[in-house]
Parts: sequence; structure tokens; C-alpha cells
Amino acid sequence: MTALVELQDVSVDYAGHGGSVSAVQNVSLTLGENETFGLVGESGCGKTTLSMALMGLLPASARVTGQLLFRGQDLLAMSEAERRQQRGDELSMVFQDPATSLDPTFGIGYQVAETVRAHRRVSRGESKARALALLREVGIPAAESRYADPPHRLSGGMRQRVVMAAALANDPSLLLADEPTTALDVTIQAQVLDLLAELQRKHGTTILLIAHDLGVVAQICDRVGVMYAGQLVEVAPVAELFAAPRHPYTRALLEALPSRGRRGRSLRVIGGQVPDLSDPPSGCRFADRCPHRMDVCATVPPLVDSDSRRRIACWLDPATRATAGLPPVPAAPTPDAPIAVGPS
Amino acid sequence: MTEQSRTVIEQDSVPLLEVEGLVKRFPIRRGLFGSGSVHAVEGVDLQIHAGEVLSLVGESGSGKSTLGMCVTGMSTPTAGRIRFAGEDVALASRRGRADFRRRVQPVFQDPRSSLDPRWPIETTIREPLDAYRVGSSAERTARVAELMDLVGLPRHFAPRQPRELSGGQQQRVAIAAALALRPELLVADEPVSALDVSVQAQILNLLDELRNRLKLALLFIAHDLSVVEHLSDRVAVMYLGRIVETGPVERIFSAPEHPYTRALIDAIPHADPGRKMSRIRLTGEIPSPVNPPSGCRFHPRCPVAVDRCSTEEPQDTQFDEGHSAACHVAAAALAQRGSIISVLSEGATS
Repeated sequence: MTALVELQDVSVDYAGHGGSVSAVQNVSLTLGENETFGLVGESGCGKTTLSMALMGLLPASARVTGQLLFRGQDLLAMSEAERRQQRGDELSMVFQDPATSLDPTFGIGYQVAETVRAHRRVSRGESKARALALLREVGIPAAESRYADPPHRLSGGMRQRVVMAAALANDPSLLLADEPTTALDVTIQAQVLDLLAELQRKHGTTILLIAHDLGVVAQICDRVGVMYAGQLVEVAPVAELFAAPRHPYTRALLEALPSRGRRGRSLRVIGGQVPDLSDPPSGCRFADRCPHRMDVCATVPPLVDSDSRRRIACWLDPATRATAGLPPVPAAPTPDAPIAVGPS
Repeated sequence: MTEQSRTVIEQDSVPLLEVEGLVKRFPIRRGLFGSGSVHAVEGVDLQIHAGEVLSLVGESGSGKSTLGMCVTGMSTPTAGRIRFAGEDVALASRRGRADFRRRVQPVFQDPRSSLDPRWPIETTIREPLDAYRVGSSAERTARVAELMDLVGLPRHFAPRQPRELSGGQQQRVAIAAALALRPELLVADEPVSALDVSVQAQILNLLDELRNRLKLALLFIAHDLSVVEHLSDRVAVMYLGRIVETGPVERIFSAPEHPYTRALIDAIPHADPGRKMSRIRLTGEIPSPVNPPSGCRFHPRCPVAVDRCSTEEPQDTQFDEGHSAACHVAAAALAQRGSIISVLSEGATS
């Protein structure tokens, strides 16, 4: 796997009134060329903050430390002008609500063409031809006649296709898709996911998909990273993560999902609350809610290679323990070990 | 057209809620599209028995929320009848209507918008008791504590304001307030869609527990089909104001008859990479309810539509005990299966 993006110990803190919020803590992650990587976790886990750091779109109150490399190039060392040039070209984005990504006063075709012109020296005719080709590619019916339509004439699903056309206008190497189907109906979501997978195959774009819906991730991702309260706790190929989650949080999250096998049974509940990130615990941030908590959990577990394909940050994992010279936990808990049940 | 569904577990002769030929249209006055009306609900029949969970599913714009609003009395139907415990709600006396509103309570998607941000949560939970003058002041206070226990809120939360609570806790407060007057039916419109997975699990467990403990019936309006499959006894599928299929949850999910139901189920992204979504996709989008298509409303998007579908509106066909669907193609297939069976049995007897 050739690395397209390398994150080394990336932390993001937001300065606020009387203190700072640690939104992302020491995340290290590599995205390969031509892969679809899913970043999952619940609200406030830092998945969007991390991706915004990668795009250079964080507000001024955010302080980013660590290293963010794109094709070996240090993103934090680049000027704002250079980063702006990069966005919409090599790095592009699709967000949850297409209505906010599109200008309500311009035709959809014009907006796609504008993205081309912003980064390429092409004539208006050429950019229009390119925009039309893109609109057709993303499945806008009768693209010529809809070229001048303002976004409000289109349904939500069609608008999201237009946003995807604009995002792909300059053949990006990396497409960040932050909850791209969350605002859509399930039938339309399926169409948009198909399109995303097809475009990925055709253009070899690396996709960083941020989603809270584990079903969406299971359907189109190659690898998955799980975040909890700003920490990246587990990274694994999609099939392995869903079949045998290793981090207690990943396990609890998957068992909280309603599924065919759990009909008529209670869903697993994670007791306690997400920690306050303006005063986060010093060690593993899941420790307070974890049924396997040990003394060593007061130290942040490093994210280490558990085997050749998986990485995990948990003191239960033998590989993590080895980094601190600890012997393996005597009886490794089974995935069925009960997780504390209690009200939120 | 009467609904023939009867749930297997409930044999009560009088359903708790009976909706018959319900129509709700919203007039559009002048403006860009001239005058007309939005046909939000067009002739819906449904029944819910005591202690039963009926889920209403369908895409945005299918009319499921409007139907829920009519059932809770927050919206007046254009036509049709709603009977609660055998009594016609529209014909009820003032007192009868107040009683109906006590026995049917709504729960909404976003708890923040159903809680007063300035009120401590105990006031929110107590308000219905005050409004209906239930018991003495001391009894109301005791009931608030009891309700907080019931929904799993620690009692020391009572003086807190909604903003001090998480989304899941806020939804518990909304549910506690809805339960204050001991309703028999909760109409829950997307009660878990604004919540994270782990919090969603807590609320689903709570709803399930309440239903078992209080024998509470639930009209559950949702777009997330995995949640629906988990919680429901029966499912009704809506498309453009009509119920196109209704039946027991196992049957709807394992062997749906209507092509629209099939399409919805095929589009579920399973949290199991080994179980890929079906490759069959529904094309296009739900048409405008201002001017719904002729014949079967689903025919422009239907993968199996025949000529008849664009001209003739399909009627409900019963496929099994409590399972019916309105589809020409499925009905024809059923008729054919019937004739094959009769031919086979004739062959066996001769």
C-alpha cells in the first residue's frame, strides 16, 4: 500500500473560554492510494475535526500539532494560499447537506464549471463541456437542459450528485466525504453509495468516508478507523473489524446496533457518559466506561500493530502491553463479556 | 376497503386504535403552482391493538408523519374516521376528546424542541399532571419521581434544566412527560434518529421495556429499517399517502409482496460487510404529492410494472393472515400460485 496521507501524532485543541478542548489526541493514521477508508465514532469523537485538519479548514481557535503529510508534503508548513489551491483540486470534499455546499443563486452546471476554471486554465467552452460530462457521469438526467437550473429545482439526492460532480471536477487524489448520505432517504442513499463506489473504482480516488452509520461503512469501505473522545482506538480491514472487533468500545458499539439476530432482545448499552473534553482523563478516554478497566489504563495506550493488518490502542491487547513491557493479560476477556448496563 | 390485518398475538375484538379511510390534504393557495392541494394521506386504514408496536415506514414525503399527527389529534383529518377504543374521536364530546388526548401521547424526534429550555425537567414531567389535575400536589410529586425511575433518570436530576442533559437523557424526559397521564398509545415520530448509536440502543431498550411493563401500544414512525425490524410486531409501508403493504414484521422483512417494500429492504446498508446490499436499485425519487401519478402511485419507479399499473389503482389483496399488499403484479402471482395449487390438488385427487 503506497501512502497518500500520513498523519503522525496529530492533536487538535480548540481554545475556548477559560481553557481548551482536546478534540483530537495523538492520532496516527495512514491512508493508502486507491482505498476507501471509513472513520466512525459517535458525535464529538473528533472525526470531523480530524478531517478538517487534513483539509486545512479548521477555525482560527483550533491549534493543530503533529505532522500531516500528503504525498510526503507537510501540510502544516504550507501557506493558506497554497492550501486553497490544493482544495478542490487534489483534495476535495462532499458534506452532509448538499444545500449548503451549493450557491442557491447560480445554475448547477455553472458551479461545477467554476470548480474546473478555478484550478485549470481552460476556456469557458471547455469548462462547460467538462461540467456537462461530469453531470452525466454522476447520473443527472438530461444534464444539458438542467445545466442552468438553480439547486432548489433539484431533489436532495440530485443535489448531492451535483456536489459530487464538483468534487470530482479536477480528478482529486483524495475525496473527503463527511456523512454524504445522512440527509438522504435509504433508497437514495443506496444510489449515492453505488455512485461513490463506482467513481472510486473508475478514478482510483482515495476516499475518506466519515459516517456514524456503521451499515454504510460496512458496505463501501476497505478499512475502518474507530474514534472515541478524540482518540483513534482501532484500525482494521472492514471485514475483520465487524467480524471480530478487538477494542472494548468497538465491541460495545457494534453490539448496540439493532440487527436481525437481536430481535426481541435488549441491545447492549454502554454505561456512563463520554468524558468532558475540556478536562479529559489522562489515560485511555474510554476507561471510565470500560468493563475491563485496569490500573494501567490511567496511561494512554499507544496505537500499535496488533498484527500485520490491524492496529489497536488498548491495554488488553498483547502488542500494546508489550510496548510497556507488560505480560499479556492472563485470561483475555471474550467478546461476550458483559458490558456495564445502566442509564445514560 | 377495510384492513384485514389482525395481529397474531392480540385477539381483542376491539382494536385500541382504528383508522378508516383517513385523508389529509393541505390546500396550496395561489403562489407559483396555482391552487391545488398536497395529498399527504389518501385513504389509509390501520389498526393498533393494546400492547402492540406498529411501525410506519416509507421515504420522506410518504405521509407517515402527517398520519401520526392525525392520530394524536394535532391535525384534523380532511376525511375518514379515527376510533379510539371503539369510539369515534371526531364525534366525541369535549370531555371525550380531552380523554382521548390523555390516552394518546406523542414523542418527537428532537427532544430539545419538545422540552421547555427554561424549565427544570421535573416541571416538564409534572405539567401534564397539573393540566389534567391528577391527584393532590403531593401525589403529583410522587408520580414525577416514579416516572423518572421508570425511564431510568436519576432522581437528583429533577431540578436540572434540559441543557444540562445529554440527548439521550433529554429523550427520556420527553418520554417520561408523555407517560405521565398513563396513556395507552404512544405515537413516536423518529424518536431515535437524532441520537448516536449507543444512546439509540438505550432508548430502544426503554421503549421495549415500557411496552412490556405497561402494555403500552406504540405507533412507531421511522425511516431506519433495522430499528423497525428490532422493535415492531407489525409494519405498515407507506408510499405517497397510501399504505401499500402491511403485515407481521418477520413476513415483511423476509418475504415482502410489494415491490416498493422489497426496494426499501434491499436498500438497507447492513452492518455486516459479508452481507452486501442487493444490486437492485430503485430508480428515481418519490413524486410530488401535489399531483400523484395515476393508477398505482408507485408505477413510474416500479421495476415490475405492467400496463395495467398506470391506469388502474390496485386494491388490497390479502396474502396471508394479517398480511396484505396493494399491487397488481403480486396479486396476479398469488392468483397464479392459487391456480397451480388447485391444478396440483385436482391432479392428486383424480
